[in-house]
Amino acid sequence: MLELQHVSYVAPDDGKEILSDVNLTIDDKFVAITGPNGGGKSTLAKVIAGIYPVSKGKILLDGADITALSITERAKAGVSFAFQQPVRFKGITVKDLVTLAAGKKITTAEVCTYLSEVGLCAREYVNREVNASLSGGELKRIEIAMTMARGTKLSIFDEPEAGIDLWSFSNLISVFRKMREKIGGNIIIISHQERILNIADKVIVIAGGKVTAEGSKEEILPALYADAAKEAACSVLMSKVEDK
Amino acid sequence: MDAIQKNLLKEIAGLHDVPTGAYNIRSNGGAAGRRSTANIEIVSKTDKPGIDIIVKPGTKNESVHIPVIISESGLKDLVYNDFYIGEGADVVIIAGCGIHNCGDQESAHDGIHTFHIEKNAKVKYVEKHYGEGDGNGENVMNPTTVIELGENAYMRMDTLQIRGIDSTVRVTKARLAAGAKLDIKENIMTHGNQHATTDFTVDLDGENSAAHVVSRSVAKDKSRQLFKSDVHGNNLCTGHTECDAIIMDEAKVDAIPALECNNVNASLIHEAAIGKIAGEQIIKLQTLGLTEKEAEEQIINGFLK
Ligand SMILES: Nc1ncnc2c1ncn2[C@@H]1O[C@H](COP(=O)(O)OP(=O)(O)OP(=O)(O)O)[C@@H](O)[C@H]1O
Ligand SMILES: [Mg+2]
Repeated sequence: MLELQHVSYVAPDDGKEILSDVNLTIDDKFVAITGPNGGGKSTLAKVIAGIYPVSKGKILLDGADITALSITERAKAGVSFAFQQPVRFKGITVKDLVTLAAGKKITTAEVCTYLSEVGLCAREYVNREVNASLSGGELKRIEIAMTMARGTKLSIFDEPEAGIDLWSFSNLISVFRKMREKIGGNIIIISHQERILNIADKVIVIAGGKVTAEGSKEEILPALYADAAKEAACSVLMSKVEDK
Repeated sequence: MDAIQKNLLKEIAGLHDVPTGAYNIRSNGGAAGRRSTANIEIVSKTDKPGIDIIVKPGTKNESVHIPVIISESGLKDLVYNDFYIGEGADVVIIAGCGIHNCGDQESAHDGIHTFHIEKNAKVKYVEKHYGEGDGNGENVMNPTTVIELGENAYMRMDTLQIRGIDSTVRVTKARLAAGAKLDIKENIMTHGNQHATTDFTVDLDGENSAAHVVSRSVAKDKSRQLFKSDVHGNNLCTGHTECDAIIMDEAKVDAIPALECNNVNASLIHEAAIGKIAGEQIIKLQTLGLTEKEAEEQIINGFLK
């Protein structure tokens, strides 16, 4: 279980408050976070992983205060984070990264199992460098495989579907379904995708650095789509007005 | 050979004992063992220190080991090695120099290696430099490699200097005939107050000749590195040099690349990137549970692999 109590984050460069007084309890197996671009979702994930220090507030993992812990300590305490923009490395292979993620020596066969689960033909990838030669979608899948290999009690995925083609998208959904069945802890997925929101036990909407709505998908989604439709209609009207 | 010498041999050539195939082991300025084979002849030079390695035309899948080890402090060794690679031969040459210096004097090895590679021949040349010792004496290595590639000949050269060399000036000069190809991969790591200079000059004389030089280096502590390359495109040819360096602490790296196109069909490219380890790379590995120091080690190990 993850709890955020009055969490704020102020950007060090410009003093802008990106998260303000966020209060959340994440207790469900599969929680989706959604909301407009720039709303603060990725910032929230980085604050949970310890990449950004909170300016105010507390973070608790299974009741233990992890606010003061470093990135490494939080990782060891059970936090995994698949980045929105995966990092590239020169010379480090897919196998190296998955092995580091597993935290112990694992066989090539085990590495391949993780890769196959995310739809990568393992033999082709296992010894590839995680460098600029990999496509965006391939990097995203490797990022997911690493999080699976870690198998921690909290896994955060930041827009895992971004850049993943349609065919693989259904497979991705089944990967997350499977993970949901197997996992003892909590999965947080940041996503804009209806199909991902649809498999969530709980949906949280973040906008303007605040939690603006929270509840079951039945409670949240209809209002969210209605808003989106209104905005779309509005922008069509606006463009017509501006054209004139 | 004593334990120190055996260890040096292991570090530079991956050898536990005498190698298979042709070899020549030079130890403290003298010969410590040699074997020629039916196709590869190793003979001492008569006019200066060093050896000639003569590979018969058409020799395939054979290897030559020519390690040099120095364990006497204060020894200054200069050696000339000439390689004559016959037409159509395909061989692997493993050189390397290990210095163990536990005295207070400078130990040095200067090797001048000249490769005469005939038409259609292929050479893979691997060179490792390694130093150790607990004394105050400096370990100095100045290798010069001269490469003459005949028509459609190919050479791949891998050089590695990871530890213990206080000062090095590495000079590589190559001249390529028509259709010849040269691939050089250099890996260097310096630390402490070490100095490393590498200087490549490549003349792409022949039509369709191609050279590809990649230098990857890590400079730590107060060490300094200088990368110089000078590629001359004298015909329809392609040349690519790349200097990719990570700097840490108070280290300094200079890159001075030069390209000279003397022919309208020459295509030459240089890329250089020098900087510290990308912060996001460290952060990613930290989110996998590595400490900052462990993350740096992984990144450097991968980079120099
Ligand atoms: N280090 C920073 N310094 C200043 N502003 C920042 C910093 N990091 C993020 N921001 C700003 O904070 C806001 C929230 O960014 P964030 O990346 O969390 O949004 P997001 O909800 O993940 O958006 P998206 O859906 O586009 O991924 C944005 O306006 C962004 O420009
Ligand atoms: Mg984001």
